[in-house]
Amino acid sequence: MNSNTPSTSAGAPGSADSTAPRRNSKRPKYSRFTQQELPACKPILTPKWVISAFLLVSVVFIPIGVVSLFASRDVVEIIDRYETDCIPLDSRNDKVGFIQSRRDKACNRTLTVPKHMKQPIYVYYQLDNFYQNHRRYVKSRSDQQLRNPSNEDDTSSCKPEDTTANGMPIVPCGLIAWSLFNDTYNFTRNNQPVTLNKRDISWKSDRDHKFGKKVYPKNFQNNTLIGGDRLDSSKSLSEQENLIVWMRTAALPTFRKLYGKIEVDLQAGDVINVGLQNNYNTYSFNGKKKLVLSTTSWLGGKNDFLGIAYLVVGGLCFFLAMVFTIIYLVKPRQLGDPSYLSWNRNPGGR
Amino acid sequence: MSQQRPLLIPSPRTPGKEELPYTTVQLKPISENPKPFSGMDSNSNSYPQIVNENSSHPDFIRNSSSQRSTSSIQSFHSKASGGHSVREVSFELGSKPSVRYGSRGADSERFSSSYKEINDQDARLVYINDPEKTNEKFEFAKNTIRTGKYSILTFLPRNLFEQFHRVAYIYFLAIAILNQLPQLAVFGRGASIMPLAFVLLVTAVKDAYEDYRRHRSDNIENNRLAWVLVNDQFQQKKWKDIRVGEIIKISANETLPCDMVLLSTSDTTGVAYIQTTNLDGESNLKTRYAKQETQMKNPEREKISGLIKCEKPNRNIYGFQANMEIDGKRVSLGPSNIILRGCELKNTSWALGIAVYAGGETKAMLNNSGAPSKRSRLETHMNREIIYLSIFLVVLCTIVSICHGVWLRRHKDDLVLMQFYRKKDYSEPKVEDYNYYGWGMEIFFVFLMSVIVFQIMIPISLYISMELVRIGQAYFMIGDDRMYDKASNSRFQCRALNINEDLGQIKYVFSDKTGTLTENKMEFQCASIGGVDYSGGKAIAEDEQTGYSLRVDGQVFRPKMKVKVDPELLSLSKQKHTDEGRHVHDFFIALAACNTIVPLTVETSDPALKLIDYQGESPDEQALVYAAAAYGFMLIERTSGHIVIDIQGERQRYNVLGLHEFDSDRKRMSVILGCPDNTFKVFVKGADTTMFNVIDRSLNSNTVKATEDHLHLYSSKGLRTLVVGMRDLSASEFEQWQSSYETASTALLGRAALLRKVAYNVETSLSILGASAIEDKLQQGVPEAIESLRNAGIKVWVLTGDKQETAISIGYSSKLLTSKMTRILVNNNSKESCKKSLEDALVMCKKLTTDSDASRRGSGARTTEIALIIDGTSLVHILDTELEEQLFNLASKCTVVLCCRVAPLQKAGIVALMKKRANEMTLAIGDGANDVSMIQMADVGIGISGQEGRQAVMASDFAMAQFRFLVPLLFVHGHWNYQRMSYMILYNFYRNAVFVLVLFWYALFTSFTLTTVITDWSSVLYSVIYTALPTIVVGILEKDLSRTTLLRYPQLYGTGQRQESYNGKLFWVTIMDTLWQSIAAFFVPLLAYWGSDVDGSSLGDLWTIAVVILVNIHLAMDVVRWYWITHVAIWGSIVATFICVMVIDVLPFLPGYWAFFHIAGSKLFWACLLGITIAALVPRFVVKIFIQYFRPDDIQIARELEKVENSRESRDAEIEMNPIFDPPRR
Repeated sequence: MNSNTPSTSAGAPGSADSTAPRRNSKRPKYSRFTQQELPACKPILTPKWVISAFLLVSVVFIPIGVVSLFASRDVVEIIDRYETDCIPLDSRNDKVGFIQSRRDKACNRTLTVPKHMKQPIYVYYQLDNFYQNHRRYVKSRSDQQLRNPSNEDDTSSCKPEDTTANGMPIVPCGLIAWSLFNDTYNFTRNNQPVTLNKRDISWKSDRDHKFGKKVYPKNFQNNTLIGGDRLDSSKSLSEQENLIVWMRTAALPTFRKLYGKIEVDLQAGDVINVGLQNNYNTYSFNGKKKLVLSTTSWLGGKNDFLGIAYLVVGGLCFFLAMVFTIIYLVKPRQLGDPSYLSWNRNPGGR
Repeated sequence: MSQQRPLLIPSPRTPGKEELPYTTVQLKPISENPKPFSGMDSNSNSYPQIVNENSSHPDFIRNSSSQRSTSSIQSFHSKASGGHSVREVSFELGSKPSVRYGSRGADSERFSSSYKEINDQDARLVYINDPEKTNEKFEFAKNTIRTGKYSILTFLPRNLFEQFHRVAYIYFLAIAILNQLPQLAVFGRGASIMPLAFVLLVTAVKDAYEDYRRHRSDNIENNRLAWVLVNDQFQQKKWKDIRVGEIIKISANETLPCDMVLLSTSDTTGVAYIQTTNLDGESNLKTRYAKQETQMKNPEREKISGLIKCEKPNRNIYGFQANMEIDGKRVSLGPSNIILRGCELKNTSWALGIAVYAGGETKAMLNNSGAPSKRSRLETHMNREIIYLSIFLVVLCTIVSICHGVWLRRHKDDLVLMQFYRKKDYSEPKVEDYNYYGWGMEIFFVFLMSVIVFQIMIPISLYISMELVRIGQAYFMIGDDRMYDKASNSRFQCRALNINEDLGQIKYVFSDKTGTLTENKMEFQCASIGGVDYSGGKAIAEDEQTGYSLRVDGQVFRPKMKVKVDPELLSLSKQKHTDEGRHVHDFFIALAACNTIVPLTVETSDPALKLIDYQGESPDEQALVYAAAAYGFMLIERTSGHIVIDIQGERQRYNVLGLHEFDSDRKRMSVILGCPDNTFKVFVKGADTTMFNVIDRSLNSNTVKATEDHLHLYSSKGLRTLVVGMRDLSASEFEQWQSSYETASTALLGRAALLRKVAYNVETSLSILGASAIEDKLQQGVPEAIESLRNAGIKVWVLTGDKQETAISIGYSSKLLTSKMTRILVNNNSKESCKKSLEDALVMCKKLTTDSDASRRGSGARTTEIALIIDGTSLVHILDTELEEQLFNLASKCTVVLCCRVAPLQKAGIVALMKKRANEMTLAIGDGANDVSMIQMADVGIGISGQEGRQAVMASDFAMAQFRFLVPLLFVHGHWNYQRMSYMILYNFYRNAVFVLVLFWYALFTSFTLTTVITDWSSVLYSVIYTALPTIVVGILEKDLSRTTLLRYPQLYGTGQRQESYNGKLFWVTIMDTLWQSIAAFFVPLLAYWGSDVDGSSLGDLWTIAVVILVNIHLAMDVVRWYWITHVAIWGSIVATFICVMVIDVLPFLPGYWAFFHIAGSKLFWACLLGITIAALVPRFVVKIFIQYFRPDDIQIARELEKVENSRESRDAEIEMNPIFDPPRR
């Protein structure tokens, strides 16, 4: 009965209605995309590839590691921790009491330059255990207020340092500005003052756009509780570079902030006297304070970690390259050998 | 969750219920409704009839004697009667234990429509041609349809409500709300809402677009025009203005606007032909009848008035119950008197009908339910892993909050004045605590805040990515050229979008036979007439290509399909006066008359040649009528009252006096003919099992015996057999039958049962005419497909309603069974014997397997394969009893299981048994309405869109045209989908966890206060922009192996079955890897910048970019196939991240202003990026190489094989090799 071709019997009962127009073919349009046959590159991890990948990594990493280690070693760094030494002996039992008192906080430190230091020499202060990234601290600022004088009332985010007791807005408001670092350093070499350049220590982008040129400090440090440095209310915020540096909150609880730059070379053996005002209270939370003089390399400051990490990774990859070479030589496996397929390995075992 | 859709009860395969013939007999008006049974509420007043029904079926009583089954039936029944959908089975297969698969008592067939009386309070009263009065009391639905879910006003609330059904969304909403509290605000308010808003928005836009399209098509529908009788004249009216009670005129080929009761048609006998393609997909014509009382009336000239009392709207498209009071008479209306919305009028020049259901109450609209929603196994597992992640999240949060508590304790004396944590607020006159709530609350708040910060540990974007990936996968499955069937012009269809990846994990395939393995295109093969087998001489028959044709008035009529004829039989059929000739004559009259086929004349290009096309629901009947025509008994006309058969050029008119339709209990049908010589004959055809009970063996026992032998022969060849018998009725017998038939067919109460009883009475002591054998050809590629499935470790079960012999022979021809297999047969009639044979079988199984174990050790031969063949009667005793366990043990040892003579619910029962006990993925494939329950029960249901209507397709998750497409569907698409989806889920976990862990490590350096140096916006954009696209692209396009390889090695499918790409072990390995990678990404910059003057935002940018690069390179390492799209997505994402970070850093009001440009200007930044990427990925890389080299899995080997062969081929400059199994495209 079915001797007719399949095409005429297409939906045999349906063709009862011969007057109806023949439906269009629903055959999917052929394209390499719809049939999932797009040309593709299918790399496979052959031994050759694996070994060359490892070798490549080690060839790139070891030199970088060596170079950055050298760069880090080239950096000359003088670190002077002074938070204990700058407390008079009689007050060392009550450091907090001393720092909160109105006594003279002057302190003299002597630094010896171990190696020739090329200018510019960066002067940092380093604080430890100071959580500039504490969440209440980070949020306690008003970027609107810093930028625009008309937004000076925008202090809602600045609590608890938003307004004075009589409700006047504080500019700059917030805990960050309030806790501005206020130790000061003066440098003399052979009784000659060494000039310290405190300009251009902040980001240019901050000076130009983030801190307004027409925003002046108002009611700052007028509350009962003084957190740190005062600001010159005649200078606009964009000129107060120490504030701008301080307001770039640090990422980590141990951080350095740029204090200034010495733009002369220091010779090995030079003795530098530092006149220091130890005002800042880190004693209540056992914070360390350090004065740091450092040159820089192309990679930044003195830090061996990256160089060592690169050497380790590079070395490991070299080692792995060797291991795999040996493995491939000792126990070769033919790639794509069908006898390794599970059903060929143990016939009928399923 | 699953299978909430009620399933419609299948239309029987042979004559449909709606083919109930029109009876010309005038019926007496019945004045009153029968009184309700006292003591029963009106809803359950049909209960006693069930009992009544039981009495005629002893097996029902036996099975329902258990308390459980009785109660199930009662509850089932009251549920059904509430909605008046008596034939509709709306139980949920999955969740209600009360459905007994084994019990035939639950067979819904029993609740036939006709014995249901309509109560006044349940009825809908329709006054003919009086829409005002009709709609007066109850405002029936207008004919407007609304498939759109939302209106402009309700869109937002409803859509949001629906979306928040997802628990994950509520989690994210809760977090976003938490973040709005000032004490807990970690992110900016906008930023915290963003991810959820984004996900909601994408979904809402998708929903809105779909809804817009629905609205548009609704509009077109509603504004179509129809002729409606207004003030005794037909006027055009928009569809949406049609009201219940109005009279509508439909012309040929028009679509019906609503459900109508036929009043009259252009045919004098009141027949109308309709096509129900839009409703159930069946394209053959169905006949509907107008009642004689209304047929004669012309509403334009005389006013028709009357009252139709019909059941409330329900979704049963095969049932209708009503009666009509007209001219003081009461006429009953059945399913054959109603024409439904969406159908088309054919071959009838006009028809009048009265609207009874309109708009949303039409059966077509009530049946408009969406695709079933199932959840894939991978997603179920994923949810388990998400719980682990939640625990992990809680652990992280606990660590942070406990540490914070410790920190507060240690600094408790300093808190007041500490610069970075000043507890007291001095700005107010009264000094008070500022945001300090005591350290218990502080810890609690830190805990909540850490939940907010670490929230993306639970990947929100995963849900939307999975949806998008599945859409992409569906797009490719639908567009696959190799799953397109030219013969039926149908593509693959994805109806469910949630279970694509399940296709890669199937362990059991349950298949229907007829229409699934076979084509369901029936061909008459041979016949045994009067004990003589006429099956020879096919070769000669080939010559007679022209076939039988008929010349009338210079025109040639020819049946549309040609049948091979047996020359001996052909010559016999022309002799009229021999005994044998008469026998043959009667046999073919029976074939031509005992059916519900409608002959149609089809014009051809040659004006002198006309084809006769036989339209009917049963392909078997079609085949038989074509066969009769080929032997010169051509059915040329059928009306409700008579048929005209052209016998060897001589037109004979037979009056069809009654027709007992096919039902699954009797398994036969009969027709009572008034012959031209004024005799009355009853012709019966049916399945051999039931026919031999009603055949009088004493009449000619030799013939009966010979026929039985022939039947056995035919069925062992895999042919479908029917036995034909007849009896002459004496005048008294006829009258007795006629009166009871009239009473029964006009009864309002228990009509079906009465009719069946009449049929039982008349179908007795028949003389045998013969038997016919029809071949149902195997579909193309079925044996190969089954072999591939078996090679892939998939167990194929065939569940069929056919006889055991037929099933076995089909099993052999489809390579399901092989001669090497040991066959175990279970067919028993009682529970005890079932138990015994199962035990015996188990013992035998054990013996065989141990034997083969021993022999394997010796010779390495394969395991002896066992095939279990079990029949429906045995299953009745096994399913739902304690024997289930034994059956399961036995079946799981067998390679092949063949169940024959099983009922639809038993099919579902078997699937449920395996699904429940084996905990493996099951797939059911079938084409007919009888497979619906099985399709809905299985994890994956596939409908074959074949010859038998669309019910299986409507219930299925996927639909395709041919069984053989299962191979590419499972092996290629299923495998890919599984690999893609499992990789994507693991990768999403990893991706988000790396980010969260970096945030966590940082939290440890901020005195546990959860400051985030990574800006809010980067956290938000991380899973939306920085890393989303590559996963989706890889999830859609990645191919671990090519189609060719997958088809060549079906065993590769095993990776999905063994869950090799996503499991607990892989999850934990991924988490360990994540830990290491986050450590590398976090601590390299931390140590490199330790003690430098770097600020938070700069370092945050470094971490952001480092993580994004790391995560994308990680993905790149795992990508197997690099398309240009993959390149764009991966490298593009990295570039996009850089751009986004830059954009964020040029906004001067954010604290991180210009930070990126500062840090990116230093070489240390780039050195860190490179260092992180390599250091983080080396362990993974090493492990990957070791595994690939020393413990390669099959996929790895196959991938190498592909590569090796490709290079070899390009060397030999060969053309790409042909796939081993790629069926030729037709």
